[in-house]
Amino acid sequence: MTPAGASLLDRLAAIEGKGLAAIGEATDADTLESARVEYLGRNGQLADIMSLIGTVEAPARRDVGQRANAVKTVLREALEERAEVLRSGTSGPRARIDLTLPARGRWVGGVHPVTRVIDEICEIFAELGFTSVLGPEIESTWYNFTALNIPLDHPAADMMDTFYLDDDVVLRTHTSPVQARVMEAFRPPVRVVVPGLAYRRDSFDPSHAPAFEQIEGLAVDEGVDFVEFRAAIEHFVHHFFGAGTKSRFRPSFYPFTEPSAEVDVSCAVCAGGGCSTCKRTGWITIMGSGMVDPAVFEAVGYDPERYTGYAFGMGPARIAMVRHGIPDMRLLYEGEMSFLQQFA
Amino acid sequence: MNISFNWIDELAGLRGELRDPRVLAERLTMIAAAVEKIEAVGAGLDGIVVSRVLETRPHPNADRLTLCKVDRGGGEALDVVCGAPVIATGGYYPHVAPGGELPAGFRIESRKIRGELSHGMLCSEAELELGRDKAGIMRLGDGLEPGTPLAVALGLPDTRLTLDLNPNRVDLACHMGVAREVGGPPAPRDFGGPAWSPEWRDGESEANGAAVTIRIEDLGRCPRYMAAVIRGVRVGPSPPWLAGRLLAAGARPISNVVDATNYVLHEYNQPLHAFDLARLSGAEIRVRAAVAGEPLTTLDGQEHKLTPDQTVIADRDRAIAFAGVMGGLDTEVTGDTVDVLIECASFDPAGVRRTRTGAGLSTDASYRFERGIDVHAQERALARCVELILATAGGEADVIALRAGPAPARVPPIDVRVSRVDQVLGFGLDRADVRAALEPIGFEPLPDTDGDDGGDGGTDLLRVSVPGWRTDVAREIDLVEEVARRVGYDAASGQDRRFRPSAVPADPRVEKAARVREMLTGRGLLEARSLSFMPEDYRGNRAVVLVPNPLSAEESCLRSAMVPVLLRRLEHNYARGNRNVRLFELGTVFGYAAGTGGEEDADGPGRFDESGRVGAVIAGARRPDHWSGSGLDFDLWDIKEIAASIADRLCGATLEPLDDADTARAPEGRASLAGPWLSRGGFRAVKDGRVVGVAGAVAGASVDAPPWAAPAFGLEFDLSAVEGRTVPAYRKTSPFPAVRRDLSMTVPRGVPAADIERAVREATSDLLRDVRLFDVYSGEEIEGGRLGLAWTFRFRAPDRTLTDRDVESEMSALSNALEKRFGARIRRS
Repeated sequence: MTPAGASLLDRLAAIEGKGLAAIGEATDADTLESARVEYLGRNGQLADIMSLIGTVEAPARRDVGQRANAVKTVLREALEERAEVLRSGTSGPRARIDLTLPARGRWVGGVHPVTRVIDEICEIFAELGFTSVLGPEIESTWYNFTALNIPLDHPAADMMDTFYLDDDVVLRTHTSPVQARVMEAFRPPVRVVVPGLAYRRDSFDPSHAPAFEQIEGLAVDEGVDFVEFRAAIEHFVHHFFGAGTKSRFRPSFYPFTEPSAEVDVSCAVCAGGGCSTCKRTGWITIMGSGMVDPAVFEAVGYDPERYTGYAFGMGPARIAMVRHGIPDMRLLYEGEMSFLQQFA
Repeated sequence: MNISFNWIDELAGLRGELRDPRVLAERLTMIAAAVEKIEAVGAGLDGIVVSRVLETRPHPNADRLTLCKVDRGGGEALDVVCGAPVIATGGYYPHVAPGGELPAGFRIESRKIRGELSHGMLCSEAELELGRDKAGIMRLGDGLEPGTPLAVALGLPDTRLTLDLNPNRVDLACHMGVAREVGGPPAPRDFGGPAWSPEWRDGESEANGAAVTIRIEDLGRCPRYMAAVIRGVRVGPSPPWLAGRLLAAGARPISNVVDATNYVLHEYNQPLHAFDLARLSGAEIRVRAAVAGEPLTTLDGQEHKLTPDQTVIADRDRAIAFAGVMGGLDTEVTGDTVDVLIECASFDPAGVRRTRTGAGLSTDASYRFERGIDVHAQERALARCVELILATAGGEADVIALRAGPAPARVPPIDVRVSRVDQVLGFGLDRADVRAALEPIGFEPLPDTDGDDGGDGGTDLLRVSVPGWRTDVAREIDLVEEVARRVGYDAASGQDRRFRPSAVPADPRVEKAARVREMLTGRGLLEARSLSFMPEDYRGNRAVVLVPNPLSAEESCLRSAMVPVLLRRLEHNYARGNRNVRLFELGTVFGYAAGTGGEEDADGPGRFDESGRVGAVIAGARRPDHWSGSGLDFDLWDIKEIAASIADRLCGATLEPLDDADTARAPEGRASLAGPWLSRGGFRAVKDGRVVGVAGAVAGASVDAPPWAAPAFGLEFDLSAVEGRTVPAYRKTSPFPAVRRDLSMTVPRGVPAADIERAVREATSDLLRDVRLFDVYSGEEIEGGRLGLAWTFRFRAPDRTLTDRDVESEMSALSNALEKRFGARIRRS
């Protein structure tokens, strides 16, 4: 080794020793910073050596370079460790910090559990070619009732106790009027889901609310039959409730569908064994549905001999209650932070 | 609707697994009506037997008790102390012997009651869990063998199925209807008494005969009225089989005559009523509109004052019953009744509804009349009732029966195309399948126009008759539904179909709402949902939409703004002791459309205006508390950040100071953005000259806050201002280092920071990448009337390392500009 190389190695050893001492003796951030500038700074001692490495002859140059880097690493680590000790105000080795102390928290936001249900339903039906559309909450009796084959004096109106704003204006009692609006505006193929609020004069109790979310679906085209209807709903049930969920269709009545069906899914809580969620039947009703009644097609100017279709309606709030085991519908609308946070 | 399993079994002759009530319930649920409840009737009656009371005498030590000698078959008569007021000597009653148990598990022993030994007890319906009547001991029909097990006498045990009927299927409200769905043609029970086939006296609206007169004054309200007269009946308890049937069907046995009408109601769906003929003045029945103010006391003891839109049955002098709803007390059948008139009528559904809503009543009869009865089966129903009374109460039926009103029109047949069935269902059914589905429930194939009698080799067309009980079936599609449910909706399971995607474009509002949610949840806010109503006191302006028929004063208006509704949610959290609240909600607000101003003369939905809004409220800690040091509460600058993000990044709007909250109020009538909640010194977002959002501190008077609450801040934006998602174009990032320069200055108070920042940007080139105000200070070292501001500027070039000279030239440009424009004094260090 050339004398130049040997002398540089000696100087590096000295820098390491003095540097470590200076770092170890630093008692605050300022003294630590001066130690850093002195040894590791741009014009510091180590930088001096680095600038001289080029002067060393080839065989020794590598040794000096490696040694210089090693010293740099040692000093840096010591610096960081000392900085941490000074920062945390604790002395001694790092292991003394109680790592079980709680992390710094942050507020986590989130959408409402009912919104989540609505979004998932829309996404699943989007896979089946459905688009999401909206409609007004203040609605004419024509769209809310008449166009849907509901005569205003029919006992079926018993099922829908209505908020009237005027003789012929209501807060819509379901999202179904959007069916008629969409069909008036577009020709088939129509495949839409319609999330929104609906209103009924039900007093606010554990299972009813005077304003509640509903999601409507409508598919109309040539050749849409009950078989397709059932397949679409089964697709939805399997994707929303899980592949193992069974569904059953049973007779029902709605003025705007025929044949009409209520759709039940097997109760996930008791797996069909019978529990309080499913009222011991093993089944939970999730939607009313059916093939669109030809009278509705006539009301909106579709040829009922050419087009057929199906429609369905669900209550996302009720589904959210089943899904999360929420016992009282009112909890959904109270806006209590500790409730909402559970679903964020 | 309650259905007795035994009754169905008797009518339908159930076979195979349907003999299990649970299987029957499952089958009914899948093809006809959901069975909500299955319950045992008359379980636990072992050891309870029919007994005969041989003699009675008053209890020597208690006024209300009776001592009875009771024959319970075989062996000596027993002494039984009974608490009921009326016990008939020679009457039959259920008896539980010492050592026996009541269905509820209560064990009966011999014991002394007020000094008299009682061996077991006579039981009420409630004690036997057969009905609700606990006032009296259950009286059984005569002629039983003492010692007969009670269950055997009553035809129990039975199973009661509770059906949740669809509104179109009133035909399933009776046992014949249910039996048709699950078996062959039903075979009604033979009552064992004489048959009755009367000589009918018909009249357009009036019929006379059997010494009575029937007159319908308004055929619109009552299309038909039939009556039969039975004289010399002995009113008493029904035979146990009949009582047992009614109990199983959830009805209360009353007396043989009344029970006969109820039995036929539950069998045939025809409401019937028995009048005590002796109490009909003028031996006359008149069906007429009620006279205003006319009195009527119904069977349940309620007194009513009538109105002319109600329909009544009257005699010569007065109203004696609500037509199709409930009979009157004065003419009811009692133990003293000898001659009865049985009414079998049909009433207009809307009229029955008016009558019963006016009276505040809802009965088995009104339920059926409102939904439609089988007007073609009325003669048969009346005959069933007469025969049942003759069999159970004796007497003699007049051979003349009356029939006022025209005969009902024949139900037209319906043509159903097999091809149409397949178009709608896709089950691949053929003509034979369609026939096989329809025929058992009464839709009989008829010869069609081609003379084809419905043989299975025929054409596409199938013509079927419609049975009278199916008042809901009138169209081809109705038959398609019948086919579908009879074949079973499950026939469609497990097959996929091709589909064409929707031609309807997605509503852009859906995606915009999602963008807003994403932004706010990303800032730690939670989405709330509340009802769309508010009480009148929150009105920010006077043109709030009132709900004419609200549920309560709390819900008397439609919300005109989101923040006031969210402030109620804030208060709810305060009430639960939570001071840290971060809520937002997307929803609809309501007002009147521009121009109409809420005037009553404007018509239709166009009078009203609804729009989408997002509101948010924050209060309390900016971050959760942490052991390393507690944090700060939200302040105005937090709500400003959220509002600015919505304005800038979602709406393309500019957020600016708003000194006077009134300027953000909507024109009269429209739902306002800012309400009284917004304190002075807030913000508004402006887009194309229109205010699309407001934000600021919540005025203290707008929220009921506890002393420990932190200040609250709110914002509200019009969702129509939110723009669709744009796709950002990539800008090259610079690999060269940025140069940072800090600058302290003082400016005269009142110079807006935003103006300074704008001036800085105007004075510099695009090397300036970032401007940040990091300190605002005033104090001794600052001259009066001036404010200290400290800024950080970051410069960076995309293609090279900046030199000092580059940066100095930018800095002096911006310094000069600030000095010149605002009189800024740059502090050089």
